[in-house]
Amino acid sequence: MSQSPTIEKISLSDSAFSRKIAEQVRNLNRCYQCSMCSDGCPVAYVMDYYPNQLIHMVRLGLKERVLQSTTIWLCASCETCATRCPNEIDIVRLMDVLRVESLEEGIEGDISKISSFHRAFVEQIRKKGRVDEASLMISYELKTGEFLSFSKLRELAGLALQMFIKGKIKLPSLKRHSTRALKKVFRKVYSHV
Amino acid sequence: MKFAYYPGCTAKSTSVEYEESVREISKILGIELEEIPGWTCCGASSGHVINRELALALPGRNLALAEKMSLDMVAPCPACSLRHKTAEYELKNDAALKSRIEDDIGMKLELSRKTKHILEVLYHDVGIDAIKEKVRKPLEGLKVVTYYGCYLVRPPEVTAFDDPENPTIMDEIMKSLGAEVIDWSYKVECCGGSLSIAVPEIVEKLSGRIVHEAAEAGADAIVTACGICQLNLDMRQPRNSDSSPVPVFYFSELTALAFGSSNLRKWSAKHFVDPSDLLEKLQLL
Repeated sequence: MSQSPTIEKISLSDSAFSRKIAEQVRNLNRCYQCSMCSDGCPVAYVMDYYPNQLIHMVRLGLKERVLQSTTIWLCASCETCATRCPNEIDIVRLMDVLRVESLEEGIEGDISKISSFHRAFVEQIRKKGRVDEASLMISYELKTGEFLSFSKLRELAGLALQMFIKGKIKLPSLKRHSTRALKKVFRKVYSHV
Repeated sequence: MKFAYYPGCTAKSTSVEYEESVREISKILGIELEEIPGWTCCGASSGHVINRELALALPGRNLALAEKMSLDMVAPCPACSLRHKTAEYELKNDAALKSRIEDDIGMKLELSRKTKHILEVLYHDVGIDAIKEKVRKPLEGLKVVTYYGCYLVRPPEVTAFDDPENPTIMDEIMKSLGAEVIDWSYKVECCGGSLSIAVPEIVEKLSGRIVHEAAEAGADAIVTACGICQLNLDMRQPRNSDSSPVPVFYFSELTALAFGSSNLRKWSAKHFVDPSDLLEKLQLL
């Protein structure tokens, strides 16, 4: 017995959203859905939408669904897709633009811990000028509260301990590097937003 | 030849052995590395996710500091070299953006200098013949695969490094040291680097697969040029694998070894997979 495919009705699209994104991403509207991007994507297997599907959703103006998608955060920025795209669409820029958009709109999908990591990283730069792994991990753990789960704590402590023994991570550094100059840079950049 | 040297944050922690071996071979090859005074983090794989302007201003500031030294910049970390190359590329092509970044950093940018990865310096500026001349202990019998990862080669219009699908710069260097370089299909696959802390399950899968494929190809060891790639491949060897663990070297460690350095034992103590047995068997250690 064959089942007829369920056809989803798409509500009126947000063309302002499509235009806003397309203005910032080279060649976005040239996509002809060849799916070369998704074929080579090393993390496509965990995404809720493949990169080519996400591009189509942006073009259809499905703003909410795009910004909630796990795809935009799971993208590892490896640039394989953009290197192979026959239409030279800057897909990694697309992901960056959508990530910033989702943060600004306050929409975070299931994997907010990835955005927490990136935010912790940038915060370390602002505070210290250079990033050391121990401080970064502490700041990240405090943001996500992941250390509150026992299994996660055990896994983290195991890896961190191994790395510590090998001298791959050191005790958190208290040293600051050109932070006065950097504070000015951050202030300027964020005044432009 | 002299360069403005950008060690990057991992040089002082995760990849001390990379930093030390790069400095050692540079000295032997007559490359002078003058550290950029007051350098700060380039934003790596997080800056551009949070704020595009910040992701250009951070490397932009380092570029301005390097320009004051009137030298080209060299970085051993592919992520660092890509961030600085990206700033050069984007700001050269957009005058308005450039003046905005100049305003952010409070310095002018000429952009007349170039950022290079240390492999590019070895291959283009030093040259294969000059490298060959320094070999004291050829790496005979050592079968390696070269692993370039993402940021050395992609995006090609920015990195201008080599063929983005099949780069050979590191292969040529390894051959000049006497190693046997095995062809394989995973040279430019991603190890999952930027997700290392937030989603280690993904990194375990991607890195484990790369290591597995290296063993399948018949390699004794993997050669890398990135602190994060080296750490991921070395630390996340495939579980439940029939094959024995595959050591993961920095190209600079093996280059130093072939040049007669005695520091390899010290460096490899920092590796998770101990390469001593392999090297002793080949009488290289």
